[in-house]
Amino acid sequence: MSKLGDLGAKLYRGEVGYDFVGKRFLWYGVSILITITAIVALAVQGLNMGIEFKGGAVFTTPKTTVSVAAATEAAEKVSGHDAIVQELGTGGLRIQISGVDTGAATDIKQKLATDLKVDQAAINADLVGPSWGEQIANKAWTGLGIFMVLVVIYLAIAFEWRMAVAALIALIHDLTITVGVYALVGFEVTPGTVIGLLTILGYSLYDTVVVFDGLKEGSKDITKQTRWTYSEIANRSINGTLVRSINTTVVALLPVAALLFIGGGFLGAGMLNDISLSLFVGLAAGAYSSIFIATPLVVDLKEREPAMKALKKRVLAKRAAAAAKGESPDEGYDAEDEPQVVAQGRSGRRR
Amino acid sequence: MAAPKKGRRPTGAQGRPGRALAIILIAMVALTAGMFLSKQTTPRLGIDLAGGTSITLKAKSEPGKESAINETNMNTAVGIIDRRVNGLGVSEAEVQTQGRDHIIVNIPKGTNEQQAREQVGTTAQLYFRPVIAFADGSPAAPEGTPSPSPSASGSTAPKAGDGKTSPSATPSSSATSQGRALSEALKAPAAPTPSPSASESKKADDTKAPSPSASAPATGDEAAAAALQAKFAALDCNDPAQRAAAGQGAKPEEPMIACGQRGDAWGKWVLGPAQVNGQDVKEAKGQIDPQRGQWIVTMQFTDKGADKFAKITGELATKQMPQNQFAIVLDGKVISDPSVSQALTGGNAEISGGFTQQSAQDLGNMLSYGALPLSFSEDSVTTVTAALGGEQLKAGLIAGAIGLALVVIYLLMYYRGLAFIAIISLLVSAILTYTIMSLLGKGIGFALNLPAVCGAIVAIGITADSFIVYFERIRDEIREGRTLRPAVERAWPRARRTILVSDFVSFLAAAVLFIVTVGKVQGFAFTLGLTTLLDVVVVFLFTKPVMTLVARTNFFAGGHPWSGLDPKRLGAKPPLRRSRRTGSAPAPVDAKEA
Repeated sequence: MSKLGDLGAKLYRGEVGYDFVGKRFLWYGVSILITITAIVALAVQGLNMGIEFKGGAVFTTPKTTVSVAAATEAAEKVSGHDAIVQELGTGGLRIQISGVDTGAATDIKQKLATDLKVDQAAINADLVGPSWGEQIANKAWTGLGIFMVLVVIYLAIAFEWRMAVAALIALIHDLTITVGVYALVGFEVTPGTVIGLLTILGYSLYDTVVVFDGLKEGSKDITKQTRWTYSEIANRSINGTLVRSINTTVVALLPVAALLFIGGGFLGAGMLNDISLSLFVGLAAGAYSSIFIATPLVVDLKEREPAMKALKKRVLAKRAAAAAKGESPDEGYDAEDEPQVVAQGRSGRRR
Repeated sequence: MAAPKKGRRPTGAQGRPGRALAIILIAMVALTAGMFLSKQTTPRLGIDLAGGTSITLKAKSEPGKESAINETNMNTAVGIIDRRVNGLGVSEAEVQTQGRDHIIVNIPKGTNEQQAREQVGTTAQLYFRPVIAFADGSPAAPEGTPSPSPSASGSTAPKAGDGKTSPSATPSSSATSQGRALSEALKAPAAPTPSPSASESKKADDTKAPSPSASAPATGDEAAAAALQAKFAALDCNDPAQRAAAGQGAKPEEPMIACGQRGDAWGKWVLGPAQVNGQDVKEAKGQIDPQRGQWIVTMQFTDKGADKFAKITGELATKQMPQNQFAIVLDGKVISDPSVSQALTGGNAEISGGFTQQSAQDLGNMLSYGALPLSFSEDSVTTVTAALGGEQLKAGLIAGAIGLALVVIYLLMYYRGLAFIAIISLLVSAILTYTIMSLLGKGIGFALNLPAVCGAIVAIGITADSFIVYFERIRDEIREGRTLRPAVERAWPRARRTILVSDFVSFLAAAVLFIVTVGKVQGFAFTLGLTTLLDVVVVFLFTKPVMTLVARTNFFAGGHPWSGLDPKRLGAKPPLRRSRRTGSAPAPVDAKEA
């Protein structure tokens, strides 16, 4: 605690810190690599869409004594796909199996009849359409699009357009990674997955906004000083909010991790697994991108501004002058005012 | 928000925490009491967790239109039924096609099944037909009482309720004095004109034989007209069987007889061929007219529909009661029969008079979504058990409890005394969420499915974020060398800004999804929006005031080592801080460094 509080204090004052902005190209590279992997996985493997999206077959059995759990197991073994089993008011079972077409249905029907010990003729087989038709999925995408436009406008007003653009890129980055993981792992995409994905929208941006808020405050009077360039200030503010970012991320991930490993781990694949996996990946990616991607992107955009270029020039000139006078660049100020040097020295510790 | 606007001056906020806490306490007590009074002590569960009723519908194959049962039409029907049964979109009903010509509708337990079946069952075509004759619902003993109550014909146009047998009709004699819902006057820009007295002779004629009236060019010959008339006379709309059979199988291009409810009683109609059909209605909704403070139904037609509607209303407006009315017929049943006082051009119209909120919204829904491309019959209705079974919910709740415990442990380790404030705030948030969700189950049919349960668990972490933002701000202020009281007040405006901006982004996501999407996504968006709003409420009305109060205690203000606000440990500026991380307990740190 004390060490941690100490670290927090040093981070706050910029005595220690990781050079996020200086090493941004490393992290851009990492992100691009992950994104390419995700896109390739998506293109090669595709997504494993659940029954809600592509339909499947539904089997209705007459009254049977077989338990729902046993029937689920039998159905999944017979078909090799996920099955949803419900008990009907008649005492029979309704078994929905995804990814089954007419040909396979007859076969499955036969096997089911033996496994469930009912007359094959009494099992009713039918194909079902997607309950989560294109319509619902499309509307979710439309909503996503509208949200992105609105949020960019809002962030452009609340902050500035550069931050809005960076936040949007970070958001798309998070969504791509999450979808990519789904393609890679081959988990079934269910409504739960989509809903998990949509939760990431708000959350990924929540994190980014918290970091940006710190940045906006830190760079308020930036042109009135000549000590630091914009990128140095940005780096300081990331480090200053680092404890906050880590804490919010840990606290958000803990319940999700519990869902993923306890809910999913014990029960095997299921709704809990679907939703918590997409959330877990998305939240982790969101925390990462808000620190390593979003803010550095703002810096890249911002340092193209003439005012910031001029500032950088002035800062560097001043430092050069100080150096010429034989002072170490540190000496004119309190040690804590010079983030660059210390940051490099300490960076190893953070990793 | 009851937050201090400028929290700069500690004294300014001194008197306020009590008030804010009182507000939230009252809200919690009221919600909890409401929950117990309405006997809704648990949130309603979605069909995936609680099971419910499964209705199977079969598309009716109509002679000559067999090809109408195709994938496109079936999908359109699924979309329409989904919007109908889901109402606000939070009731978690599922609709999907099965096989070539079936639609399955799964409705979670606790929904008004009767109502849902009606909504699903009346999967009908919607037509606007001109009224040729009207009578009350009983079979046609021609001595029908001329319902003597001469209506105090008020501002709206009461419709002649008993047209059939009152040759001596008093001016717009209304059948029922309440004239509820029936006295809809189709209102154009102008105020509803009281329809003038019905000309008795004409009315009598009409009922005898639906004369080839101008508005309804009679397609049938005399015999057909006579047959229709005979059927009309014999029809008893008070008999459910006859009622159901009355309008069945009527072709849109031919006249028909139909039953419908007028207020508390049944009425029967002879109707002309359909002039406008449901597909011509672009949008309709029940809304309150702010000027008159009454419920109305507004309709917007498609371009084609607008032309047709202008034509029919132009014709109807010149006629007398009851022939200046058109009937809105859904699945052979008259659901409304507004009268027309002038031609309505431009594609917009409104129906007013005697609506309740419920009836206006129902009619709006039916007009909007009633135009199914196919008609369906109920094939089977059966109960189904939960698709996911109890173990998923149980596992979810156990996982939630473990997750919550982990969060609590982490907060305690990191924030020590402060963590208690966060934990109690989480508790307040949980109570509010739970009671509101329970109440909404009854109020708007809100149902909690497994994704929503997961969402609520995730919300633990998201809600805790707001506290962390605030706590870290306070700690930063203490690092600046401030004592706790000013630190708490100075940290607040900045933390408040961050919390509001980021919560606004979350809320925006929820609102957009709620407005744009349907079905499950909408239900989820609702949950997300609700938890975000509650987060703001809890932070403003609970966490902040409690923090203000707590700052007065010795334990926290004195910077007790276990308070989480020890200036020394936080590395506050003025006190000597070259303590070089002495050997003092580096234990809990490692968890964090990772």
